[in-house]
Amino acid sequence: MDGWTTLTKAGRQTRLAAAAWAALAVALLTIPLFGDYVIWLTANMLILALFAVGFNLLFSFTGLLSFGQAGFFAVGGYVCALILLALPSLLLGVIGGVIAAGVVALIIGFLCVRHTEIYFAMLTLAFGMMIHSIIWKWRSVTGGDDGLVGVPRAPLEIPGVLTIEMADLARYYYFVLVLVVLGIFAIWRVVRSSLGLTLQGIRDSESRVTFIGLSVMKYRLIAFTIAGLASGLAGALMVPLGRSASPAIANWTFSAEPVIATLLGGAFTFAGPIVGSFLFYIIKEIVVIFTGYWMMTLGIIVLALVLGFRGGVVSVIQDRLLPLLARRHNDQGGDG
Amino acid sequence: MTLEKGVLTSIIGPNGAGKTTLVNLFTGNLPCDSGRLVFDGTEITRLTAHQRVRLGISRSFQITNVFQQMTLAQNLQLPVLARLGRASRPFARPDRDPDVQAEVESLLSDIGLATARDVRAKALPHGDQRLLEIGMAIACRPRLCFLDEPCSGMNPGERAQVQELVRKLTKMRDVTFVIIEHDMDVVFALSDRVIVMHQGSVLAEGKPEAIRNNARVKEIYLGEDVGA
Repeated sequence: MDGWTTLTKAGRQTRLAAAAWAALAVALLTIPLFGDYVIWLTANMLILALFAVGFNLLFSFTGLLSFGQAGFFAVGGYVCALILLALPSLLLGVIGGVIAAGVVALIIGFLCVRHTEIYFAMLTLAFGMMIHSIIWKWRSVTGGDDGLVGVPRAPLEIPGVLTIEMADLARYYYFVLVLVVLGIFAIWRVVRSSLGLTLQGIRDSESRVTFIGLSVMKYRLIAFTIAGLASGLAGALMVPLGRSASPAIANWTFSAEPVIATLLGGAFTFAGPIVGSFLFYIIKEIVVIFTGYWMMTLGIIVLALVLGFRGGVVSVIQDRLLPLLARRHNDQGGDG
Repeated sequence: MTLEKGVLTSIIGPNGAGKTTLVNLFTGNLPCDSGRLVFDGTEITRLTAHQRVRLGISRSFQITNVFQQMTLAQNLQLPVLARLGRASRPFARPDRDPDVQAEVESLLSDIGLATARDVRAKALPHGDQRLLEIGMAIACRPRLCFLDEPCSGMNPGERAQVQELVRKLTKMRDVTFVIIEHDMDVVFALSDRVIVMHQGSVLAEGKPEAIRNNARVKEIYLGEDVGA
């Protein structure tokens, strides 16, 4: 009898989750009906979601806190911008940005993954700021503090197969949507794979992973590179959206955005950073109406969540709200 | 010092005698300042810890060291994946790999925890976590396996279970165990050979009966003035 109760409860939760996903899909697909402002806002949310999910692969699933993810975001963004300014092909720009970010993450990761905890966090912060100063100083290539402006939203072109104009914001939004969903899906598969299990092993106990015969550093480097690729893709998608690349996207304050999104939505869940990214922009847009100190308000909310609800919003829904709904339903249905 | 294949060796000695340090040197947890380590004809002095595991040397820890957030089945999947060279597959689900599944089930039944396969390790009682850790050490298919105080913090019933398990695994899986233990009942019941350490060096070694009657060993365990 108890077994059955759990089963029906689990079934109901699965159905609720499926309904929520379907609603989200419909909402995301119909966004362009609501005008340019909503499109622009949602595209930013999606890009932050991908950025944060990549960060969370390191944070929640490997046990590494990186404060330097903006560096890889910026490498992806600037390389994409440089390619688009030279050669108007969106696909080349995005692929180039992602590869460049991956290579830089591999090199910086090689130097960082020897350390853990605060030492790792400080090293990633330092390397992130190094990328920022290179972008700031290397004026001839990066435009210095002016950044790169007038980046075209070049057409999506596969020679001989198809050419899709991307200048229209709604079209570009769909491009972002598809790539963000693909990117997040790939990371979701990684989390559930053998590789993901190894990473979670490192999170739980490095020494145990060593003594089942695996090199902890090698796997940390793999995770770091995957997170770098995700950051690079997010950056490469961001630049054509705003048609510019500014050094602000390399700054350490920008590295804090995926951290905040993850804490808001909930670490140690896969969906947490995604929910958190949406909340991040919603809170920002609402608070900005009343006060310019939106970061402070956000800080207070994050503080309350971290102190009161360690698992963030997603865990509050999963652990408190859904069981409550299920129980009420059971009481009414009398099948409990 | 030589450890022989098929000879269950126990290392005993007072606190601070260097037992765990010795195991750390054998398994690569600590680097060797001098001397050489040879395992089955291969020099392993400079190999990293994980390379030594691949050669067939595994271990458990004095303080329980399992993957707390994972289920029992996942705890055993990982060492099996590592041994098969499949730990880095980015899209393959470990719970859908028939080779891994078969081996995990057999390990679970060996350590007597088959009914708890989907329980998170942190939710298990201490004794069962210790058993799980032995299971993880065995999942590497070692030829030589160090167990650092496998019975620490266990009740007498659980201790008997561990002894039984070690005997069974020695026979079934052809593993040579080296055990650090404080419980003399366990030591004398299990061992073929006993090494006594004191203040960082080997004080005596030999068959359990010989060690039991060794005057120097009695001295360090019972106090310097005994028999004076």
